[in-house]
Amino acid sequence: MSVLRAISPDLSRIRLVDQDCLSKRAAQIREALLQGLERPFKHLIDISLGDAHRGGLQPITFVRQVISACLYPSLLDSGRLPTDVKSRARNLLKQCEGESVGSYTATCGLPKIQHSLSEFISRRDRGVPSSPENIFITSGSQQALMLVLRLFVHGKGSLQTGIMTPVPSSPLFNMALSSLGGAVVPYHLCEEEGWTLRLDEMRRALATARRHCNPMGLYVINPGNPVGQVQSQKSIEDVIRFAAEEKLFLLADEVYQDSVHDPTAEFVSYKRVLHEMGPPYSNTVELASFNSASKGFMGECGLRGGYVEFVNLDSAVMGHIYTLFSTEACTAVMGQIALDIMANPPRSGDASYTAFFEEVQNRRNTLNNNAKRVQETLNSLDGMSCQPIRGGIYAFPQLHLPARAVAKAEEAGVAPDLLYCMLLLEEMGLCVGPGSEHLQRKDTHHLRLCIATPEDTLQEVLERLSTFHLHFMRLFSG
Amino acid sequence: ACKCGRSFTSPRLLPPTRISPRTRSDVDEGLQPDAPPGAMLARRTVGLVSRGGPPLTPRSPPGRSVQRMMAEKVLTVDTMNSCVKKVEYAVRGPIVLRAVQIEKELKEGVQKPFSEVIKANIGDAHAMGQQPITFFRQVLAMCSYPELLDDDRFPEDAKGRARRILQGCGGQSIGAYSASQGIECVRQDVARYVERRDGGVPSDPDNIYLTTGASDGIVTMLKLLVAGEGRSRTGVMISIPQYPLYSAALAELGAVQVNYFLNEERCWSLDVSELRRALADARRHCNPRALCIINPGNPTGQVQSRQCIEDVIRFAAKERLFLMADEVYQDNVYAEGCEFHSFKKVLFEMGPEFSSTVELASFHSTSKCYMGECGFRGGYMEVVNMDPEVKAQLTKLVSVRLCPPVPGQALMDLVVNPPQPGEPSYSTFIRERKATLSSLAERARLTEQILNTVPGIACNPVQGAMYSFPRVTLPARAIREAEERGQAPDMFYCMKLLEETGICLVPGSGFGQRDGTFHFRMTILPPTDKLKILLSKVKDFHQRFIQQYS
Repeated sequence: MSVLRAISPDLSRIRLVDQDCLSKRAAQIREALLQGLERPFKHLIDISLGDAHRGGLQPITFVRQVISACLYPSLLDSGRLPTDVKSRARNLLKQCEGESVGSYTATCGLPKIQHSLSEFISRRDRGVPSSPENIFITSGSQQALMLVLRLFVHGKGSLQTGIMTPVPSSPLFNMALSSLGGAVVPYHLCEEEGWTLRLDEMRRALATARRHCNPMGLYVINPGNPVGQVQSQKSIEDVIRFAAEEKLFLLADEVYQDSVHDPTAEFVSYKRVLHEMGPPYSNTVELASFNSASKGFMGECGLRGGYVEFVNLDSAVMGHIYTLFSTEACTAVMGQIALDIMANPPRSGDASYTAFFEEVQNRRNTLNNNAKRVQETLNSLDGMSCQPIRGGIYAFPQLHLPARAVAKAEEAGVAPDLLYCMLLLEEMGLCVGPGSEHLQRKDTHHLRLCIATPEDTLQEVLERLSTFHLHFMRLFSG
Repeated sequence: ACKCGRSFTSPRLLPPTRISPRTRSDVDEGLQPDAPPGAMLARRTVGLVSRGGPPLTPRSPPGRSVQRMMAEKVLTVDTMNSCVKKVEYAVRGPIVLRAVQIEKELKEGVQKPFSEVIKANIGDAHAMGQQPITFFRQVLAMCSYPELLDDDRFPEDAKGRARRILQGCGGQSIGAYSASQGIECVRQDVARYVERRDGGVPSDPDNIYLTTGASDGIVTMLKLLVAGEGRSRTGVMISIPQYPLYSAALAELGAVQVNYFLNEERCWSLDVSELRRALADARRHCNPRALCIINPGNPTGQVQSRQCIEDVIRFAAKERLFLMADEVYQDNVYAEGCEFHSFKKVLFEMGPEFSSTVELASFHSTSKCYMGECGFRGGYMEVVNMDPEVKAQLTKLVSVRLCPPVPGQALMDLVVNPPQPGEPSYSTFIRERKATLSSLAERARLTEQILNTVPGIACNPVQGAMYSFPRVTLPARAIREAEERGQAPDMFYCMKLLEETGICLVPGSGFGQRDGTFHFRMTILPPTDKLKILLSKVKDFHQRFIQQYS
């Protein structure tokens, strides 16, 4: 027998991801199409992941120009690139040891970029101070989340660390938590009220959890993933008070902060609210806030640039975080550069300013239009309902499936919404994510669609989805 | 069929029961708010142990509970994961923090007996002035900004590589997530490279996992290996001296570190008899399951002979150990008569008795060798003879971190698929690679030579990798003074060296060494002129130090 057969039970507890199977099947179909096999569709559309570039949105030119000049500094001597691109690249190269993006950086990232980020945070938070030493640049926000979880999670039985996580959830967060041996403590967002956080539900969840584990942290995603809610300042205050009373460490996943579509909503960071609440909250509640270059107008998932800012952490703990993090050497420099540009974009008067501004504005308009259109179309379908998409890059409509469809799925041993997704993929060449992936209230079924795509792609997505939905409902009703 | 354990049927059919039902986990149960809590508790061995936390009164007035909260943080050294407390990492430890501080002081105009800090503590070639390979950077620049594909300054072969890599990316952008295991065409290129390197031994792209530097792969494999409690807790054999990533990861995972000592008298060679001793000792208190080898060695610079690798494989086979071969310095071999042999190649040359059973993971990276591109965090691992179910777990585990940085994957592709004879970039590429490697060989020789002229310093030949790890004899008074300060004697030595000369080295205690011996690790990466100055400064310092403490 294999030496490796007995692996840690924490790892085997990680759930198989339905999404992986769908993605693999999608890849097979794409391959089959390339080989000229007949399908009822010409090309496959995959909007199951939150990946803007894969969805067809173009990278921001300024970002890629700066990176290319950093990669190949001979470009700095040519007329090929705008002057502000060149000066930005020169400045960044000066920050790198040996003036090469091929050298390691300090553990927490290039100090200059930590600085840019802290200024960005302060600007965003209307002057709330931010200190570069509290910022760790990471390989995407997921690595930052893992880092924090590694600090927390320990213990067995009733002492097992629990983290309160929203339902619908981010499957990756739950996988990370389970793989480290932590307990997922689910609290449900209220779909009927537009996926809001409700304190009574959080209290219920916490009380239940305290009977079998040791809840130490509270994970919130704002703006939401997969649900597009945007928390109000009041709601954030309530959550902070709750965390303070119940002694919970706050993990605020704010990677969609740049994507708010509802003109009546506004992104307010947990850090800003915490600060504005004043003592004793502002100087005691422990907070880790996460952001990334993968979402927002950048959409640079592949470069793996993210960061975490820590607030009110014990200084000895900070020392351990540093040591733990230093074993991973440093974050890929391209990801760090992307963050630098996100934090410090071209300014009015710079050569690239107009083009940059236009591209970003187009990107935002596209997302806003997509959010509106998805909502309208999905709500017009019988058997589907979609809460307002105030922010984020996903729609998470509920499927009201006929009993016969649910029975059929049970017979096949799959979640009903996975069945729906599989058929949608086979029949229409459209890959979306099943709600079962994100956990959801019992006996409800959902889909997750990424709306960060060009508008014509989205148009086609909605046409395929509508056609399929009608067909599916007719097939299983009566 | 889908490789993750479920299969899909042919199109246009409802999936039949082949699709296994969802495994219900604790997570799923926690989801049903209406389920009686007892149902969940009944399944736990520890029953209704009440928790020490605040009572669950419905909303106590904020004032009082907040006061209580203020007394103590949620996350303290006492409440955090205690394994994390044991993690140490010398390569970026206190001495490096002090070096950064000194650099800052120099910038602020503080007077020091030196004008710059020389960081010879870390294997970071570009930081020491090594130039990147032109071809690699040309391709990467075009991948980043594809409009450059029509630029005449770039040769055709570079354009071809860039197009191919972009084809492999989602939306043809390096800004899209790749598959967790890595971009398919890159994994294919890696497999072909491994086959070429190993004289035709077959390699399957499905066994290749692209990683964020080699470290990511090493830590992921260790995670898979660690299980059990008490005497059945996983033990992992690592060399002493070792690269501290291993000890740090094992500490965090709560695994048992099983030390085997390299033989300093015989040029840091690995003796199987020592492996046997270490294993027998360890079996009394844990369950040793893996053996880690770093070849060429870090920090010790030895290159294993083919015979030695064969002996290690036989040992692993007999004792049923999973082999982890850290081969990131595979191109860095300088000493005459030394040659790099991959564990995989030797394993397959030993015949099916071994090649079909011994489990092996081997690691490589873009950070070392002649490219030295640390900042890209590119790497891969190849797994051999891994149980398919475990491989499925491995695939799941890597998906938790989404994907390795795509520019690093692209660079890994170029390393394994460099310009070929006949292509326009070939001669430049060969020239650049050769210049770097032969200069490194010269610096390896120089380092050994000069250090050995210093009384009290003894340096083994730097056969490969990027470091010298000389032994320093310290006077008893220095050792006493260090101990009084609660410092390891070689840390005391290196700290003093840093303060007096600006040279930043890592003390041997950070890598592990035989009791009573002291070392430091110094990279051979500074350019030759600078290296000479550095070595003569170390020499002067050492002599002063000896005088001061005799």
